[in-house]
Amino acid sequence: MRFKAMTAFAGALAISAVGAANAEPVDDELVINEDVEIVTKTDAPEHMEYIDEVMSGWLFREDDTRDMQRDDFDNPGMLGVEAAMETWDEVDGTAGKACSDCHGTIDEAQLAGARAVYPKWNENAGEVWTIETAMNACRTERMGAEAWDYNGSDMINMSALMSYLSRGMPMNVAIDGPAAETWEKGKEIYYTRYGQLELACANCHEDHYGDMIRADHLSQGQSNGFPAYRLKDAKLVGLHNRFKGCIRDTRAEPFAIGSPEFVALELYVASRGNGLSVEGPSVRN
Amino acid sequence: MKRAFTAACAATILALPVTAETIAPGDVTYEDGAVSTSLTGVPGNPEEGAIVMGTKSIGNCVSCHEIGALADVPWQGNIGPALDGVADRWSEAEIRGIVANAKMTYDGSMMPSFYKVSDFIRPGIGFTTKPLAPEDVEPLLTAQQIEDVVAFLVTLKEE
Ligand code: HEC
Ligand code: HEC
Repeated sequence: MRFKAMTAFAGALAISAVGAANAEPVDDELVINEDVEIVTKTDAPEHMEYIDEVMSGWLFREDDTRDMQRDDFDNPGMLGVEAAMETWDEVDGTAGKACSDCHGTIDEAQLAGARAVYPKWNENAGEVWTIETAMNACRTERMGAEAWDYNGSDMINMSALMSYLSRGMPMNVAIDGPAAETWEKGKEIYYTRYGQLELACANCHEDHYGDMIRADHLSQGQSNGFPAYRLKDAKLVGLHNRFKGCIRDTRAEPFAIGSPEFVALELYVASRGNGLSVEGPSVRN
Repeated sequence: MKRAFTAACAATILALPVTAETIAPGDVTYEDGAVSTSLTGVPGNPEEGAIVMGTKSIGNCVSCHEIGALADVPWQGNIGPALDGVADRWSEAEIRGIVANAKMTYDGSMMPSFYKVSDFIRPGIGFTTKPLAPEDVEPLLTAQQIEDVVAFLVTLKEE
């Protein structure tokens, strides 16, 4: 901040001091349940042009919010995971099957690692799928059940369970091969200045992470913590809903949740976090 | 329309005290980013300007700038420079230009253009997520609000 040193008013100095205390991410380590080690900071993936080190949004939150994520008993997002564990074994649809009929018990954790590589190219569909798309394909094609609402609680809870099963594994989405085109499209969205405020994701999360925008301490806008339990909303929030909120705040018309634009953006944002641990369900404010 | 009217009445208007026409967003002339003519011809009110700058639903300038003179407004951001002493650094015309459209002074600035109505991508109705037809876009601040903000900012001197 260029002119900060010049502030003369006592009031401004006090405010600067608060800002300064919050300005940088904290120096802290996240080990969940004294067991699962989470990489919250690591070298940026090669494709990143302007950032050397990628950081989890966890490092930008206050002490008490960070602490809630250290232990599953204190993490309210775990209630969603538990609800999804029940759904996992519930038969639904005309085929008379539950998730567990194809993917084993939760304890077998056959899907551990899946979250870390999504969004991912789906060869049969000929497009990039999010883990939500994949789950709905199981429901409609394999179970004969109705698709879940992309942003509904069944979907968000199951998405949280998918994160939980991969927790601690490094995000590792592929951006080359058939996924490259979608990735480029996501990148373009990331750098487009939407709305009457003309702000791109990059304005806030690349150029100004660590700074305060009013009461908000800007992070790098990483996706590795999703779904995230937002204290402000008192519920688990899916990634596309977060994208929608961020674009809305530029006085723009966001893309729809589950739209091809948000799928592309999700792939691009996820690729910016390659190397960070999956940490969903995270706790954020 | 407005312009034709102004031209026709120019003689009369010159004779009157302050009935000048408001300059529309598309008609503002920037010289190296600066705008030397008042947007309304009506002197700005610095107290109103301070309110515009500190209020979230109006200018919300404090979301990005610290302003010592508004120390009672909580949660001032630090995206842009602190605005204390801004009048020592910039002239009134330069400040008007920055407030009306900062991108004319700083290429690619993150600061929103407060007196601009065209060329937005997917503009929305406020913060509702609903689309706003391009022809219905109103500037973020009115011409007089800009003048009020400028009147306040020119008082921020430290020397
Ligand atoms: C006007 C500023 C602004 C813009 C523009 C913006 N965001 Fe955000 N974003 C925020 C704030 C404030 C938060 C909450 C604090 C934080 O984590 O940075 C946030 C949070 C996030 C988070 C949650 C991070 C976490 O760890 O919980 C993600 C993901 C995100 N943004 C992605 C995006 C994407 C993608 C875009 C563009 C489509 C975008 N943001 C545009 C301000 C912005
Ligand atoms: C989203 C962030 C943002 C908002 C909101 C914002 N500004 Fe700015 N402003 C900036 C940035 C960033 C700069 C520095 C120029 C640059 O580097 O682009 C700046 C520069 C300025 C300057 C020049 C300061 C100097 O000392 O050189 C003035 C004056 C100013 N802004 C006034 C305002 C006013 C008045 C408002 C509200 C009506 C406002 N700003 C709202 C981001 C913002």
